Order: sequence, then C-alpha cells, then structure tokens
Amino acid sequence: MSTVQFKVFRGDKSGGALQEYPVEAQEGMVVLDAIHQIQAKHAPDLACRWNCKAGKCGSCGAEVNGKPKLMCMTRLDELDISQPVTVRPMRTFPVIRDLATDVSWNYEVNKRITPFSPPPNTDWRMQQEDVDRVQEFRKCIECFLCQNVCHVLREHDEKTGFIGPRFLVRVASLEMHPLDTANRLPMLKDAGGIGYCNITKCCTEVCPEEIHITDNAIIPLKERVVDEYYDPILAFFRRLFGTKKRPVSGAGGQAADD
Amino acid sequence: MNGKPETLAVGQLTERKDAWWLEPLLTVVVLVSFGIYALYVALVNRNYEWGPYLSPFYSPYIQASWWPFSPAFLVLWVPLGFRATCYYYRKAYYRAFFWDPPACAVSELRKSYSGERKFPFVLNNLHRFFWYLSVIVVAFLAYDAIKAFFWQDGFHVGVGTLVMVANVVLLGYYTFSCHAFRHLAGGCMDCMSQNKTRYGLWKWISHQNERHALWAWVSMFGVALTDVYIRLVATGHLTDLRIF
Repeated sequence: MSTVQFKVFRGDKSGGALQEYPVEAQEGMVVLDAIHQIQAKHAPDLACRWNCKAGKCGSCGAEVNGKPKLMCMTRLDELDISQPVTVRPMRTFPVIRDLATDVSWNYEVNKRITPFSPPPNTDWRMQQEDVDRVQEFRKCIECFLCQNVCHVLREHDEKTGFIGPRFLVRVASLEMHPLDTANRLPMLKDAGGIGYCNITKCCTEVCPEEIHITDNAIIPLKERVVDEYYDPILAFFRRLFGTKKRPVSGAGGQAADD
Repeated sequence: MNGKPETLAVGQLTERKDAWWLEPLLTVVVLVSFGIYALYVALVNRNYEWGPYLSPFYSPYIQASWWPFSPAFLVLWVPLGFRATCYYYRKAYYRAFFWDPPACAVSELRKSYSGERKFPFVLNNLHRFFWYLSVIVVAFLAYDAIKAFFWQDGFHVGVGTLVMVANVVLLGYYTFSCHAFRHLAGGCMDCMSQNKTRYGLWKWISHQNERHALWAWVSMFGVALTDVYIRLVATGHLTDLRIF
C-alpha cells in the first residue's frame, strides 16, 4: 500500500486554492474512492457530488490532472501517482463549493428545444433500423463532461448563442426520430449556434458512454443545415418540384416530452 | 467574478501531464511537408509521366493553350478543396494551426472566435460540392490505373501499376467514406426502412466512415508516394520492375 498525494480544489465562487491530502492507495481504487478517503480522514466538509459509483449517474464529473473525467471511472493505476494528482471542479460551470458545480444552465438550454412532436393519430410501431441511430443518443447520462470540455463554452463562455454538444445530441435524437414532425433546423442554425462547433471532437473524446457525438450527431445535423441553407442545387430542385421546407415547429401533433 | 473556478496560473495552458502537444505538432509537420511537396510537384511541371504511368498530381491531364501555368494547377484545387473542407481535416487543422483548441482541455491563445459562422470558415459548408468534383477526379485516377496495365507492347503489370492501383483504392476509401456522402446516401432520411438500398449503402459508408481519419492520412501519403515513384522512374533513378 503506497501513499499518493492528492491536490484538491477547496473553495467556492469567490475563489479558492488547491489543498494537499495524503491518500492510502489500494488496488482497484478510483479517484472517487480517494476523495471519499479524504472526506473520511482529513476533510469531512469537502463537497463533491456522487451517486452510483458505476459511471451511470453522471454526477461525479471533475478534472483529474487537467482532463475531464468521471471520478468513479478513473482508476489510480491509470494515473502517474509518483506525482501529486490534481482534482478540480469542471471549469465551464460556476463553482458552488469545492468539486460541486452549478450545471443548471444546461437545464435551461434543454427547455429551449422543441420537444418530441409526433403527428396526430400516430401508429407507434417502428422498425428497428429506423431507431438504431436514435438509441445511441439515448445512452447519454447527462454528466455534462462534453459541455465542460467544449471550447466554445469552456474558453469563449458562449452560453447565449450555443447550446453545446449535449443538446446537439438531443436535437439529433429528435430530428432523426422516424415519428417526429418538428423542424429544429432554424433553431440549430441561429439560436442553437451549430456553426460555432468546429468539430474538434473533444466532446467525443471525453464521453464516458462512448457516444460518437461528432460523427453521429453533430456532423449529420450540420449536413441537414447545409441541405436547408447552403445547398443551391437542393434549393433549385425544391423550387422546381415545389417541395416545401419542413414546418418550423411541430405539425399540430400532440407534443410530448421525450 | 462569474463563479467559474480559476484553474490555471498565468501563462499556463493546461494541467494535463501527457504529451498533448505531440498530435498538433505532427499534424503541422506532415501537412506543411505535403503542401510544400505538392507545390514543388505542380511548379516543376516535368517528370510526371513514364510509359503508361501518370502522376496523380497531374490527373486528369488537361492541356489548355490558354493556360500559361502548370496543368497541375487546373486539377489540384479540387482535392485541395475537398481535403480543406473535410470534416476530419477540419479537426486536424483547427487544432494544429489555429489552436481552436490545440488539444482537449488546453487553453487557446486567441480570445475572439466565431467558429464556422463567418467567412472564410463558413465555406466549409460547401464540402459536398467538392465531394462531387472529387468523385470525378477519382474516376479519372481509376482510368489512369487501368491504363497503367496497357503498354505499347501489350498487357503488363509493373510495380508502378500496382502503386497506381493502390493509390486509387486508398483514395476511393477516403472519398467514399466521407461524411457528406454518408448523409446524401441515407443519413438525410428519418425512416431508413422506407428505402432498404439507401439504408444498406448508409450502413456500409458508416462502417467505412469510422476509419475516415485513417483513410485521410493514408490516401494523402499514397498520392505523394505514387508521385515519388513515377518521378524516380521518369528521372532514371529507379527501374520499374515488370512483374508480368
């Protein structure tokens, strides 16, 4: 059993600093175990969110040695424990205290997305191949690590004109749904700010559920925006054959939350 | 104060302890080297063919009396546009050249950012049009590869023939694993079950698309190596082995 030094952020929205704690490392230990040991032995007032300890609740997101991670899924044997291990709160969101951040902005963004809008008298039977793509997006545990690492939110704090990768995934799950009738493309292009995304794939790299956020959600949405706004050939054929663009909001069907 | 945690000291870009700088550095070295080589090949305007072999930098070969420069420039803007607007290369060059960001969770140097909403990066939305043109170029390269089997004295296979075939196969994988093609083939549909052919095509492209980055790099090296081989044979530095 060896002793590992941990440097953990202690503070709140007015400021704070790293404090060093020794942790007795054990085989199979994860960073969240280390934080719990610190709480038990040295700092009972250390604030941190956690719940399932199995990578499914998405509560324990933090920055371990500068990388956004779920603490419960980061084993100490993956880290260089000859050096102190740094644990900080997610940088993109305001700190409440210590490792707990205020992620409520995400829930406000979610409200701006037109919910699932099936047509009236929907036949709910669907083919598996119609919902395969959407099912990948349903794996999201809303840990918001993708929102945290996205440089548009993290570096440029663009929280008014950009909804972030988590909600681009949600829009993709609705836009690609075989029974949905709403058109969210105008929102995506303007208020959703999909043009801010320069597909550097950090959201995909940090996703603990290994959702192919960029390739399967954001790029297909970008292509749909191109269909609608940047493709003069498609626009010509739309005009030639009188094909109208899809309605902007739900087509009068009963809107339901997904 | 906005309540966001201050995580970095002045001048510090990240707390990451791994070699995050290696990937952008390699990208810069490789892309700049390839760009310089491509410019040299286009400017030099000789030693680009030997026997039935034609360098991919000069294919399709366009002889225009009104064009005073190297014919390569009449072609190269198509693959350049295709790669510059490619979703994979965008990731690579935004990270390596613009540091937007250089790596995940690493700070950027510039503070203003408009993404792909304004000129010039809004032009990346034209990727599918470069894809259409690239399909034509790949078709010409396939024609060149077939022609490389037919010599003045009959049907033969040289090492150069295999090199040209390998080049067009790699370019084919890169071109047909493209995100824009994936969308046009079937990704734009919401009900895949309504068109099984397009669904099948979309599934095949999706499978190839998972390795799009690999095809992007390998096909780029393939183009350069094909040209190097033909150039060495044409200048007499290498003898083309006839296999058959």
